[in-house]
Amino acid sequence: MQKTFNKLILSLILPALLLIVWQLSAWQAQNATVLPTIGRVLENFIHATDNFIGLGSIPRNIGVSLIRVLSGYTVGVLIAVPLGVLMGYSKTIQQIFETFVNIFRPIPPLAWQPLALAIFGMASIATLFNMPFGQQYVFWGNFKIAMVFLIGMGSFFPVVANVMFGVQSVRQTLIDSARVLGASEKDIFFKILIPAAAPSIINGLRVGLAIGWACLVGAEMLPGSVAGVGYLITHAYELARTDLVITGMICIGGVGALLDSIFRIIANKYFSWESKTR
Amino acid sequence: MKETILVEHLEKVFYSQNDMEIIALTDMNLRVPENEFLCILGPSGCGKSTLLRIIAGLEKASSGRVFYNGREHTKPCREIGMVFQSYSLMPWLNVLDNIALGLEFAGVSKPERMAIAREYLDMIGMSNFGKAFPYELSGGMQQRVAIARALANNPDVLLMDEPFGALDAYTRIIMQKELLRIWEQRKKTIIFVTHSVDEAVYLADRIILMSGNPGRIKKEIAITIPRVRERSNPRYGELTSELLALLEGA
Repeated sequence: MQKTFNKLILSLILPALLLIVWQLSAWQAQNATVLPTIGRVLENFIHATDNFIGLGSIPRNIGVSLIRVLSGYTVGVLIAVPLGVLMGYSKTIQQIFETFVNIFRPIPPLAWQPLALAIFGMASIATLFNMPFGQQYVFWGNFKIAMVFLIGMGSFFPVVANVMFGVQSVRQTLIDSARVLGASEKDIFFKILIPAAAPSIINGLRVGLAIGWACLVGAEMLPGSVAGVGYLITHAYELARTDLVITGMICIGGVGALLDSIFRIIANKYFSWESKTR
Repeated sequence: MKETILVEHLEKVFYSQNDMEIIALTDMNLRVPENEFLCILGPSGCGKSTLLRIIAGLEKASSGRVFYNGREHTKPCREIGMVFQSYSLMPWLNVLDNIALGLEFAGVSKPERMAIAREYLDMIGMSNFGKAFPYELSGGMQQRVAIARALANNPDVLLMDEPFGALDAYTRIIMQKELLRIWEQRKKTIIFVTHSVDEAVYLADRIILMSGNPGRIKKEIAITIPRVRERSNPRYGELTSELLALLEGA
């Protein structure tokens, strides 16, 4: 109990310090456009369900952003995990893809913006599924393919790299042990490599989601967006509403940390063997 | 006598990074009769582990052949089990699931393989550790589980690659006794690789002494001291000194 309390206190020192510096600087600046006070930002959270600068409530914007990120992330992960596993498993597959992947990896997802827009235009989930015009269409129209692409790109690379590394670093003794126990190639793949690499795969998924989420603001800067936390930040900036910009930043940080902790809980629950195995 | 494992003119050549030829084994010939406890003794790097891995089918020979019950053997199979030096248990599986792993690969139903795994768990004296994970066990316990896992598959031949090499001296002596007990209970052909002279003299029916650069058989010695062998037996001491002297010259 004492220990948990101490841990909590230690982890709160820096955030508290930041708040103090922020508040002091805000008083010093006397200019809400440069730096609003904590109170101003807090007020936005107290009235979170208000309609902000015509973009709807904060929960609604978070919801829209979450769906965007999760759809992009899902697409990225669905390609990255099998590819990473195969690259880790087979030297040939690795050689085919590695250079290709390495050329694209250093390109920041945002650099894809113009191309994504040119290729996918205004296509959205609504137009992709040919939805009839109506409320549904307007809602799903928020999810532009170009945005999904950018976020997917952001999540893809860390996932591929982590999964490949995880599969490659499975100890040879484990594979040899399985072989002498009579494992088929399929057994080796599904009963040894995948479970042995699972902690790295989960770690890759975790980093991928964090990066995908961090691509949000850039993706939501694309034209055609009328909602989402990223768009809220961009639009609030144009209106010189720095308090709303900070509100949006806190939302992104908070939701990101929350998603991350979900992964941490899963990893601790199911993969504790990894940290305890010498 | 009928031989279980036959190794003929085995040669293994590695290539180093700058394409240097390294001869790990040259002209190895070995005949292992059914139910023999054979120890392969040699200094580090003499190729004894490589020999074992080739017999297991985990590595290919550069030339020469390995026969198991008269048929050429090139791929790992259930009939020839192997125990590694350490850390060979699947860290995400508990002890019972580890022991049952070979049976799972063989398609044995879950209740049946669990029953067999329990039996072997009892045999190694770890009945209360079925649900434990490898990281919760000491090195000696992990090796016991590894042996149980190999035996649960009911192999004909058991290859052991310095299985007690990572254990402390006391645990090692206990494990040697244990292994002999198991071997006498369920007759198996065992090929046991070690670099400990004492271990070889304590365990083996026959010792093959290897020397390195290139790896080859230097001498073959039958150990006829009746079991359980006492280390205080004068013959035991003589054999040990003789082997140590030979090993120094190897």
